[in-house]
Amino acid sequence: MAEFLIKNGFVIDPTQKINGDIADIAIKDDKIVEKAGPGAKIIDAKGKVVMAGGVDVHAHVAGPKVNIGRTMRPEDKLFKSPHAQENYRMEMGFSIPSTFKTGYDYARMGYAFVMEAAMPPLHSPHVHEEIHDTPIIDEGALPVFANNWFVMEYLKNGEIENSAAYCAWLLSATKGYGIKLVNPGGTAAWAWGLNCLTIHDPVPYYDITPAEIITGLIKTNEYLGLPHSVHIHQNSLGVPGNYAVTLESLKLAEGVKARNKFNRDQVMHSTHIQFHSYGGDSWGNFESKAKDVMDDVNSHKNITVDLGCVTLDETTTMTADGPFEHHLNHLNHLKWANTDVELETAAGVVPYVYDKDIKVCGIQWAIGLELALYAKDPSRTFITTDHPNAGPFTRYPRVIKWLMSKNAREETLNTFKHCSKVVDATDIQSIDSEMSLYNIAEMTRSGPAKALGLSHMYGGLGSGLDANVAVFDLNINDMPDDPQKIEDAFLRASWFIKSGQIVVKDGEITNHGNKRTVWVNAKVKENPQVTRDIHDKFLKNYTVGIDNYSVRDYLAPNPYVINVDVEA
Amino acid sequence: MATIKLKPYKTPELYLEGFNISPDVFVGKSPSEIASLEGREGKTRIELGDFFEVSGTTGATASDTNILIDGDCSRVKYIGNKMTDGSITVNGNADMYVGGWMKGGSIHVKGDVDSFCGIAMEGGDIQIDGNAQNYVGCAYRGDWRGMRGGTIHINGNAGNDIGTFMLGGTIIIEKNAFIHVSTHAEGGTVIIKGDVQGRVGGQMVKGDIYVFGNIQYMLPGFKEIGMIEHEIVGEKAMFKHFIGDLGERHPKSKGKEIFGNLYLRAS
Repeated sequence: MAEFLIKNGFVIDPTQKINGDIADIAIKDDKIVEKAGPGAKIIDAKGKVVMAGGVDVHAHVAGPKVNIGRTMRPEDKLFKSPHAQENYRMEMGFSIPSTFKTGYDYARMGYAFVMEAAMPPLHSPHVHEEIHDTPIIDEGALPVFANNWFVMEYLKNGEIENSAAYCAWLLSATKGYGIKLVNPGGTAAWAWGLNCLTIHDPVPYYDITPAEIITGLIKTNEYLGLPHSVHIHQNSLGVPGNYAVTLESLKLAEGVKARNKFNRDQVMHSTHIQFHSYGGDSWGNFESKAKDVMDDVNSHKNITVDLGCVTLDETTTMTADGPFEHHLNHLNHLKWANTDVELETAAGVVPYVYDKDIKVCGIQWAIGLELALYAKDPSRTFITTDHPNAGPFTRYPRVIKWLMSKNAREETLNTFKHCSKVVDATDIQSIDSEMSLYNIAEMTRSGPAKALGLSHMYGGLGSGLDANVAVFDLNINDMPDDPQKIEDAFLRASWFIKSGQIVVKDGEITNHGNKRTVWVNAKVKENPQVTRDIHDKFLKNYTVGIDNYSVRDYLAPNPYVINVDVEA
Repeated sequence: MATIKLKPYKTPELYLEGFNISPDVFVGKSPSEIASLEGREGKTRIELGDFFEVSGTTGATASDTNILIDGDCSRVKYIGNKMTDGSITVNGNADMYVGGWMKGGSIHVKGDVDSFCGIAMEGGDIQIDGNAQNYVGCAYRGDWRGMRGGTIHINGNAGNDIGTFMLGGTIIIEKNAFIHVSTHAEGGTVIIKGDVQGRVGGQMVKGDIYVFGNIQYMLPGFKEIGMIEHEIVGEKAMFKHFIGDLGERHPKSKGKEIFGNLYLRAS
């Protein structure tokens, strides 16, 4: 491998509290080092910003949901799929891009790691096949647990140790990264045509409440000491007035301390919080409750959130929250896919147009940005669009533009047909603050890496970390007057070095990189009851045999395994 | 109006994607610049000059520009793609996607056209002297936004899936059509002067269909509510008035449910 010296850039690295100092970053093989040798290739970053590779904490980028979206939406590719280019694979689609476009576009934006946010365990082989087909970026995947029959049965009886043994088994069987909760209990209720819209609605048959599932899985997660905390999509997503449910769910983390060896502080990551910060009791009096939700998050250091910003695009919603997609289909009458995943979860897919001239969409847009602007600690508040649910991940640079420039926000707001109604229902116009490049690095690099328990690999430029370095054409001392230039710079990195290889130069892909699949192997002591339960359920309930269930090694040919030894 | 002439001199081995054949693209360009415009034959990049001799002049604006294709285009797709103004005349047949995503101007094909004529069209006029294949004025695969405006006039027969997901505009078929007319439509008017085999108005929410001949197999989702006299495309006639598709959702306007209308000429 090679050595590189990235010279004279404005280095921004919150992990070392460096904010725009001119410095050199040295790389040897696939790590950042103190000093480069005399033969190192020089990359001139003079007048440009140098950051660590980005870390995306939550995006739906691989697996059956995404593929159903691709299958049912050929129109997503229309006029958005350039003809084949030399040295590249075809790139197709917009909100549900092909695997190659996914890898390329993340790399162009200088992203090194992306977490697939919801893996149905039964379909984990498919998820890993797609991850393997996505070039350049490192990826992990979070299996969904909160509507799983085993988990609900163990937690109903308060058996944390058994729940932990099962979760550890499932993580290793699916090569998963951590514990994801989607509409706890509500998706299981969907099999009865019902939902759990508060955290106290009992799940039919199991007679357990979402609150009990959430609390139980937090305990399970900390019992195992996993790198990431529970990663939760709260109940009642997208419903006016749901902020009360959100605040109540966040309370469940109160007083719980993180127990892990990965430098993680939070015990709950509450994802796409924009969809959960709604006031009013109908779409008529729909309003922002971003301030209330963020006040709560600000005062609880053991909680992290990501935004789920609405980007005002035509996109494709997809979630394991089956009942929500049914509800959405009744709002917009477009295409709807629904699926049940036996014993484990469900999913739905519906296309959605966030039209800037619809009042509700404008308010949703404002809420996503308000949440970030109200955040006291950007390193616990991460930029996402819940790709592709609130918008495609290729809009992160646009979200950055809106956060860094009040003018850019005003400009967008003024194009809305119902501008004044959006202003009345939100605080967006009265917020003058603008975020700095340092804040953006906290929200897209150091913050998410730490929350995922990956700060020993990603998110910073300290020596010993993985050699993921992005150079953006922005001068920290002379930021452009035109905020569009901020978006353009973050959309196409001048340079991106991933794992010690130049993969992007002047916004163009130069190399297919050497991507890795990161997964967590938690070793618990032998638990005969759980082993028996697993074998029983495969005999009685699953339609597949246990031998056909696990992800074979060949499906994740470039693994990076994080071993966790659980001390009982 | 200035005329720029394309004379086909070579038949493409594969189908030629002529997405640049439009007054909007040609305007202000010299014949040699037009001859070097990009097209595709399969996955190969070609230039229009590889297949057409280009002569004449273009106007100062697209609206002053007439493109005359003097010969057969049976293997040329996307003629008039996304055009907004001006006119195109084809002295022969054309392949798929004539006038696709068209916003204005006019296209006249003197022969037959293949499928997807006027797909997702928003405005302008398409006149086909011969027959059309399938998907006249339909939506793109998977899309729920079909033809929104303008007029497509087919002098001969048309195949299946006419006006799928239609939202506005008018389609006139002078002779017969096969199956699936105005499926999923939420607006617009389809007029068929001859016979249709069946599946007329399936899952139709709103819009109008006129059939002057027979419908061999009527869909069960349509209900006859009376007789009505209408004058349409210059012809006055008595029609049986059906509403439907009763199995589909229907929006309300002033408290009244709105249905799709199917008018079948009473013989």
